[in-house]
Amino acid sequence: MAGAKNHDYHILPPSITPLVGSFAALTMFFGMVMMFQPKALGSYGSLVFGAGLIGVLYTFWTWWADVIREAHAGDHTPVVQLHLRYGMILFIASEVMFFVGWFWAWFDYSLFPVPLQVEIDHATHAFTVTNQLGQEGAAALEQWPPKGMQVFDAFSLPLLNTLILLCSGTTVTWAHHALINGDRKGLINGLWLTIILGVIFSCVQAYEYSIAPFPFAGLNYGSAFFMATGFHGFHVIIGTIFLIVCLARAYKGHFTPKQHFGFEAAAWYWHFVDVVWLFLFVVVYVWGGWGAPVH
Amino acid sequence: MTTIAANPADHHDHAHDADHKPGFFARWFMSTNHKDIGTLYLIFAITAGIIGGIISGMMRLELAEPGIQYLSGWASIMAGKEASLDEAYHMWNVLITAHGLIMVFFMVMPAIIGGFGNWFVPLMIGAPDMAFPRMNNISFWLTAVAFIMLLGSTFVPGGTGLGAGTGWTVYAPLSTSGSVGPAVDMAIFSLHLAGAASILGAVNFITTIFNMRAPGMTIHKMPLFVWSVLVTAFLLLLALPVLAAAITMLLVDRNFGGAFFDAAAGGDPILYQHLFWFFGHPEVYIMILPGFGIVSQIVATFSRKPVFGYLGMAYAMVAIGVVGFVVWAHHMFTIGMSVEMKMYFTAATMVIAVPTGIKIFSWIATMWGGSLSFKTPMVWALGFIFMFTVGGVTGVVLANGGVDDNLHDTYYVVAHFHYVLSLGAVFALFAGFYYWFGKMSGRMLNEFLGHLHFWVFFVGVNLLFFPMHFLGQQGMPRRYPDYPDAFAHWNEIASLGYAIMGVGVLIFFINVFWSLMAGRKAEGNYWGEGATTLEWTLSSPPPFHQFETLPVIK
Repeated sequence: MAGAKNHDYHILPPSITPLVGSFAALTMFFGMVMMFQPKALGSYGSLVFGAGLIGVLYTFWTWWADVIREAHAGDHTPVVQLHLRYGMILFIASEVMFFVGWFWAWFDYSLFPVPLQVEIDHATHAFTVTNQLGQEGAAALEQWPPKGMQVFDAFSLPLLNTLILLCSGTTVTWAHHALINGDRKGLINGLWLTIILGVIFSCVQAYEYSIAPFPFAGLNYGSAFFMATGFHGFHVIIGTIFLIVCLARAYKGHFTPKQHFGFEAAAWYWHFVDVVWLFLFVVVYVWGGWGAPVH
Repeated sequence: MTTIAANPADHHDHAHDADHKPGFFARWFMSTNHKDIGTLYLIFAITAGIIGGIISGMMRLELAEPGIQYLSGWASIMAGKEASLDEAYHMWNVLITAHGLIMVFFMVMPAIIGGFGNWFVPLMIGAPDMAFPRMNNISFWLTAVAFIMLLGSTFVPGGTGLGAGTGWTVYAPLSTSGSVGPAVDMAIFSLHLAGAASILGAVNFITTIFNMRAPGMTIHKMPLFVWSVLVTAFLLLLALPVLAAAITMLLVDRNFGGAFFDAAAGGDPILYQHLFWFFGHPEVYIMILPGFGIVSQIVATFSRKPVFGYLGMAYAMVAIGVVGFVVWAHHMFTIGMSVEMKMYFTAATMVIAVPTGIKIFSWIATMWGGSLSFKTPMVWALGFIFMFTVGGVTGVVLANGGVDDNLHDTYYVVAHFHYVLSLGAVFALFAGFYYWFGKMSGRMLNEFLGHLHFWVFFVGVNLLFFPMHFLGQQGMPRRYPDYPDAFAHWNEIASLGYAIMGVGVLIFFINVFWSLMAGRKAEGNYWGEGATTLEWTLSSPPPFHQFETLPVIK
């Protein structure tokens, strides 16, 4: 069997990156536990977490730098490119199932509401939540959102954000078409616009969080709302970074009309983030807030 | 796909001599070779299995007689001071938690998917390696650090004493307000790490199987082991992220005042059970499906016949995988669900007995009229078929919501899932190990010791787990370190069974070490004409990079 390879698959040389990345992830998560539990584990949690995070970021950087180098060296034959496509699609499928978990929580609370009574003082942000289960008149309180709380007006900032993300979906497609037609200026312009729209989305979301009329802790609505939209926001930030990397690579001339999977993966990811938002908008903001007084 | 390197500028051609191995550190710590990573997984799984097995020994020792014998002493050793009775009880919870998590996430899964999957999926489909060789390695190392995280959790406070004592299911509110201290946080992050590793592994396997089959190997010509890993990988890909979300909610509730599972603030503890079992039920098929695949290969090999009803076997696994996603609440019959819901989950669960029955009967039909030879892998496979059938039958009993009201959380359930896992998945693991050890190491295991191992282990585990059916029907609840005298008899026998099983495992290790040093050299196809899959066309062990020229399947 000895001899040169006669196939198009990519046989890789040994790499230290997976080992480094795994121990960095261990350090990062242990640092996080230390931050949660300073009484038991001491007060150096943020240092440990920071060290681990740097290791994880270093891993991402070197890993993808290696992938890009290999692409330029011609290792990404058509079949290897197909591998990358499958890999990205499957990764996005697993991400979809991650969001299923958060939507499941939301549907559980909203379709089977418990008799909560929420009292919020909007001046001081002090609030009390009581579960009236078994008390007289509890049945009348079984509503969603819980009685006594205000929600965001779905057709104010959330609708604006929906339009921003939809718009960014068109600009990233513009960039893609420009790339396919060999128009690098169009690619760069489209990417710039997409990134700017993504950043605006994140800023609007951050502003919305800052004026939220309900708390994160101590109330099922708040926990489910902030974690679902928060993980989406986190994915928007990841997607934006992915697009920024693509922009840098576009300036360097990495993409050709025939081979530009890095860009396509970023675009797919962006569309995935976009679709998750549409579900959040409909399920959490519009349907999930229906009937409650708006902020 | 007939292939000539399309790219003249291939820059590591020099490293492509098929048997050119890197140095020790690069080979084992920086590996991008599916066979070496498979070996790492197997060594890791055996190590974790020893630790998990020692923990079950501690549990059987404590349960051998009524009363608390050893727990206080062990808890005192762990804490470094005299432990209270509550701390001793907590120690019990830590033991059952660690045993479950280790055996599921760090023994069975790494061995059967990471070990055998990595070794033999590329060989069986005629591929030179996995689709993403570097990602393959981070799957392994993330599993390893996840194990470090879990073991570390044993030494930090977890509420009443040291370590996480939540059970492998990590139910809220015991795991939220009920367990103060970092142990449960560490256990949760351990699951995050192991989950990420498995998702990446699943992406790798699916891509490899879809894209890297040798020319001519259509999807309906794939060996059944490859089919089983394909279905398993889809289950991993779709089930694990839901667990990740669920345990992230636990972290939020524990550390940021979240209300996901806090009923006083509108949260729902039952939601956690739904999310967990939406993952947890596919998870049990993740552990057993590759075992089905291994047994299919072995039964066909030692019957010298192709497997009976190949397509039925393949699509039975697909059916088990699909239906496995819609039966989860049969783990939760006693939460107070409506009768309609119980009826649905009872009926849906029983449906799974149909494709499972197809598999059992097809294995029997494969042997029917075959030229049988009872080599060690074959007796393990037969043991699997018998034991898995017993576990499957008690599974049909438990699937009945009404019956489960009585048997829920009793030793009957413990007996059931140990029959399908310790006697199902583990028998499949041993079968695969005896089947492929020569291929992997180049040395043959000893047949006599293999048979001795089988019989001692078989007697031991049956003595260990069969009496648990009686204990469960008499009402002994699981997860307690103590019991009334009425349960003493069968518990003593179960503990005796553990000791016999331990002797069996000892014989196994003697066999492995003896064979590695002095075993007969393995030929390329040491099982003869019954072994028809592509790994038998290669030398034992195969070259460092096999299939430099892809094989063509007719």
